[in-house]
Amino acid sequence: MMLTELTIAAAQAGLKRRDFSAVELVGAHVAAIERLNGRLNAFITVTADEAMDAARRADAVLAKGEAAPLTGIPLGIKDLFCTDGVRTTAASRMLEDFVPPYESTVTANLLRDGAVFAGKTNLDEFAMGSANINSAFGAVENPWKRDGDADTVLVPGGSSGGSAAAVAASLVMGATGTDTGGSIRQPASYCGIAGIKPTYGRCSRWGTIAFASSLDQAGPMARTVEDCAILLQSMAGFDPRDSTSVDCPVPDYRAACGRDLKGMKVGIPAEYRVAGMPADIEATWDKGIAWLRDAGCEIVEVSLPYTKYGLATYYIVAPAECSSNLARYDGVRFGRRVPAPSLDEQYEATRRAGFGAEVRRRILMGTYVLSAGYYDAYYLRAQKVRNLIRRDFERAFQQVDVLLTPTAPSPAFAQGEKMDDPVQMYLNDVFTVPASMAGVPAMSVPAGLSANGLPLGLQIIGRSFDEESVLAAASAIERAASFTHRPAIRAEVV
Amino acid sequence: MSLDPATVRRIARLARIGIDESDLQALQGELNGILGWIEQLNEVDIDGVEPMVGTGHAALRMRDDMVTDGDARDAVLSNAPDAAGPFYTVPKVVE
Repeated sequence: MMLTELTIAAAQAGLKRRDFSAVELVGAHVAAIERLNGRLNAFITVTADEAMDAARRADAVLAKGEAAPLTGIPLGIKDLFCTDGVRTTAASRMLEDFVPPYESTVTANLLRDGAVFAGKTNLDEFAMGSANINSAFGAVENPWKRDGDADTVLVPGGSSGGSAAAVAASLVMGATGTDTGGSIRQPASYCGIAGIKPTYGRCSRWGTIAFASSLDQAGPMARTVEDCAILLQSMAGFDPRDSTSVDCPVPDYRAACGRDLKGMKVGIPAEYRVAGMPADIEATWDKGIAWLRDAGCEIVEVSLPYTKYGLATYYIVAPAECSSNLARYDGVRFGRRVPAPSLDEQYEATRRAGFGAEVRRRILMGTYVLSAGYYDAYYLRAQKVRNLIRRDFERAFQQVDVLLTPTAPSPAFAQGEKMDDPVQMYLNDVFTVPASMAGVPAMSVPAGLSANGLPLGLQIIGRSFDEESVLAAASAIERAASFTHRPAIRAEVV
Repeated sequence: MSLDPATVRRIARLARIGIDESDLQALQGELNGILGWIEQLNEVDIDGVEPMVGTGHAALRMRDDMVTDGDARDAVLSNAPDAAGPFYTVPKVVE
């Protein structure tokens, strides 16, 4: 087996046994990035030299028998996390040359535990998008191909598309993502990997470039559920520098993956069975239900009646928060500046040049729904509907322990499809947005292939701060599905 | 509710994003498409429902009123597009 095929769990054990060195492990991944990133465009910035230096230090630590949980493990970091001394762009022209003088809490936690960063992964600009086509640094290619069609370039999903593509193609063993309305789960589903959005408040937002602050949440992406658990263990935890960080103990996530499911109640929300759902997605969902039943779960039909309003609510709340957060890009303190004779003209010229089309659209939409005379009709109404969506989940979780749904309404689509109409693009997040609105944890796990040979994910949604049940159910699905398919483009074959 | 070109211009002005006149029509169409779609929320009965502001898991914490960070002027200024000594610069705003 090649080193790039290993799971994080297996690599940890191999490094400790000295079966191979961190230099060999990281070197294999750096070489894969050098071979494939030109095509996939999964990384905006590759930090190969720094990664090899870190690998040498990791080997010294390992030689002393002092390994931390992630010593020597090569990871990709979504280019939305500030990394001290390493350019952080949010895939925007606005931050093309921004070099943070500080480290985000999530990445600092990973470094504390010995992780090696191979580079900064591509994303939709400021994490706004569902196909990773909105990057100022170019689109990301999904390493998967439709059966018998090696030419069509598919999207990796978004916004954490670079992270998903890099993990799927074995350029790194795992990656960080952020999820505001599905930006970890939907690309995980499109690229055939696992990814979890933890409970809002579980991972610190400090040092993560903000999009919609009441929704943004960091989480791990990896090829197995257990690897996600290992990464989340390091990323999670209370941080006094984030006022929405929650001070509660982080349980043993890896242990939760092996938990017996006997007696667990799994809800199947009727409202997710939408009209026109592709037959292969419905069939995968039904298989997931059967697998969990076989694992000893009790299957319960539940209703989340406000589900259908999730997306529309999201596309008021998220742009409103985005318009407020992105007001900081004024060309004065950091980021791009386009000089102009007056301050107002300078703001307008800077923001015209710095923001791409989708970011501009969302700022304008957010500005409108917050503007005098429209605030109550749009923003306040959306906040109230958001509360109804949350109550849906609270009611469901009185009956059941987790919910099982498809992650996305389709497999990966081709670059160029769904791109004329913003609303069509937004519909990709129909199944992921409600959990974001409620703040509850949710995970995508690969469960099968579509009729044309592309990965399909199932989503497990849990109670707030009960990532353990989510990981347990996802692990059971992973075991039953025995999803061993790999993408056409990956380190081992190209 | 449908946005006319003047309203799109006004929003762009509020957001301090310059837009080209040639972009105006396309932008108006896209924004109206999104607005038309979110109108569906008008059918929801929200009487007596409290607005949800954040997820409410974390109560705002009190801490001692002490400086916990600082003395990082050079780091703070390190990304300024045009710093002058220890200052940010802007175009002249007072005649």
